[in-house]
Amino acid sequence: MPLLDVRDLSVVFQRKGTAPVRAVDGVSFTVEPGQTVGLVGESGCGKSVTSLAIMGLLPRRGNKVTGEVLFSDTDLLKLRPRDLRDWRGRDIGMIFQDPLSSLNPVIPLGVQVAEVLERHQGRTRQAALKQARGLLDAVGIPDPARRLKEFPHQLSGGMRQRALIAIALACKPRLLIADEPTTALDVTIQAQILTLLKELVDDSGTALVMITHDLGVVAGLCDTVNVLYAGKVVERAHRHDLFAEPRHPYTHGLLQSVPRLDADRGERLHQIRGSVSDNIPWSEGCAFAPRCDRVIDDCIGDTVPLEPTYRAGALRCTNPVPKEVPV
Amino acid sequence: MSDALVEIDDLKVHFPIKSGLLFDRTVGYVYAVDGVSLKISRGETYGLVGESGCGKSTLGRGLLRLVEPTSGRITFDGTDVRALSGERMRLFRRRIQMVFQDPMSSLDPRQSVESLLVEGLKAQDLHRNKAEAQKRLRSTLDSVGLPASALTKYPHEFSGGQRQRIGIARALVLGPELIVADEPVSALDVSIQAQVVNLLGDLQDSLGLTYLVIAHDLAVIRHISDTIGVMYLGSLVEEADADQLYERPLHPYTRALLSAVPIPDPRVEDRRERMLLVGDLPSPADPPSGCRFRTRCPWSQTRCAEERPVLRVFDDSGQRVACHFAEQIHSGELTPHEVRAELVRPGADAAPAVDNELIPTRTDLPTQ
Repeated sequence: MPLLDVRDLSVVFQRKGTAPVRAVDGVSFTVEPGQTVGLVGESGCGKSVTSLAIMGLLPRRGNKVTGEVLFSDTDLLKLRPRDLRDWRGRDIGMIFQDPLSSLNPVIPLGVQVAEVLERHQGRTRQAALKQARGLLDAVGIPDPARRLKEFPHQLSGGMRQRALIAIALACKPRLLIADEPTTALDVTIQAQILTLLKELVDDSGTALVMITHDLGVVAGLCDTVNVLYAGKVVERAHRHDLFAEPRHPYTHGLLQSVPRLDADRGERLHQIRGSVSDNIPWSEGCAFAPRCDRVIDDCIGDTVPLEPTYRAGALRCTNPVPKEVPV
Repeated sequence: MSDALVEIDDLKVHFPIKSGLLFDRTVGYVYAVDGVSLKISRGETYGLVGESGCGKSTLGRGLLRLVEPTSGRITFDGTDVRALSGERMRLFRRRIQMVFQDPMSSLDPRQSVESLLVEGLKAQDLHRNKAEAQKRLRSTLDSVGLPASALTKYPHEFSGGQRQRIGIARALVLGPELIVADEPVSALDVSIQAQVVNLLGDLQDSLGLTYLVIAHDLAVIRHISDTIGVMYLGSLVEEADADQLYERPLHPYTRALLSAVPIPDPRVEDRRERMLLVGDLPSPADPPSGCRFRTRCPWSQTRCAEERPVLRVFDDSGQRVACHFAEQIHSGELTPHEVRAELVRPGADAAPAVDNELIPTRTDLPTQ
């Protein structure tokens, strides 16, 4: 039984005077206990909104969230806000992109870590702070006793992200959602944080949903990868399959368009033409069709379904890239 | 005569740290760029890579004198740039133009594309002949792949990639010889990045431009550059031909940087050895003595704390490295040791020593 089962999740932004925007358009995926699942896509594809919807962090006003988010058989979308608060932080932890804006600047770090423990495990402040010290130590923050009393601005970017990880993992959640956890960091710090995340997830058996735009991060970390485009999953595959034989022209194009450090320096990069503004609505065919090199008549007109492929993969394309085409 | 278009010699840019209410006392300096020497040949792309805070952007701005260098020499095509003053400097700026990182914030939202592009022409007094100026605008837009109808539009009407094309057009309209591009693609999505990277390459081929590209993304830098300079805390630690740098990184920092870049291929990622650096970048206001990298270097020796290594030529390949022990590290004679975690507080004055807190580092890196 999957730990997290997202079924047909849709988020529609409704604002007065503007046409409704379908940010997430029927996304379904599952996360098994201990598994690491990646959600990959470019800005505007709905990957962050998906994570916020799962956590119930989208404002109720102006947003319509439909579908089901089953977390060990409980539909999180149906819970009352006060009940959901019992789950958040205890069973599901979350790490955000920018560690400076997600920590409270006027509260000492220790209190922010201890808060979770007080709320969910009923610890006293004293006991929670003592435990927080151990947590900071576990995420590799040197001299944790002193750091507990410090404020977020006194820490470097990498340290702050470590602190966020400590908060997210404080109650040993069964699921951790990481939304672009390393995007704001330098590469050498990114390598530290990714290694740390991998170790913690392996040791504790926590399942991880990794949201990122960086295909390199996904390649080293995730078991299964979901590629999102314009609010829908267009391809899902085991990471080895996805990178060796990407079937969707979008995935294929993305992989070809990133310069690789270990490849020969080619003359030109492959480029995907146009931009997301050229998309057509999913109801009128494949949203990617106007930018696609393999577009055929069947791509436009009817909705393209997400068809299962082998090894629990799936593909939404009428004219996929043949398997033998190299990346 | 050398074919170097730009020669930078021992350039320093120090920013004073002011304190006090009544008297603007200078209490110290941020050593943003601290003694960088490099040459950029005509028609080549020089890539400057490093992490945030290493001074790469300041170096680019110092070259254009957008920030005034503290000391050092900048020679552009035989002209001593720092000796130019007032009017002559203004006219000189035509030959070096800049492309900025974020196309959203570097284009005035209230100016039409035409007005954005004409601004530079006006400053150089090239707008008097209306027909000539119009022709110039159109051909520039055409060269960056935008239609002439874009002239009457405003920045918000374009997508991120198109906006960056406008930023490039603005730099091109004056017909510069050198373009300094500060993180030209890092604000763009992956699929758009390739378009802009290719455009920069095409323009170089057709116009014979010289580029100084500043970026933190080593994969992008390696793809577009001929020569790469790696910066760490205000100084150049290694410089080499783009392929050579990847084949044979000599400086420990370059090694760490290369091993930290994720590669979009699980088969490679699973087998890769990583060299993880301990801690963070020290404060450029209080850089470590001797070699700036020694606090995080797995090979550091006592000499590294006493003497600051200079950038020296390593062998005939022309590769330059600023490390006392580059040969020994390369041959495997010197083996890495565990680095003690040292606390670095941004903005703090002194780094307190920690005795018992260790972060294990993977240093079992194979030496080539």
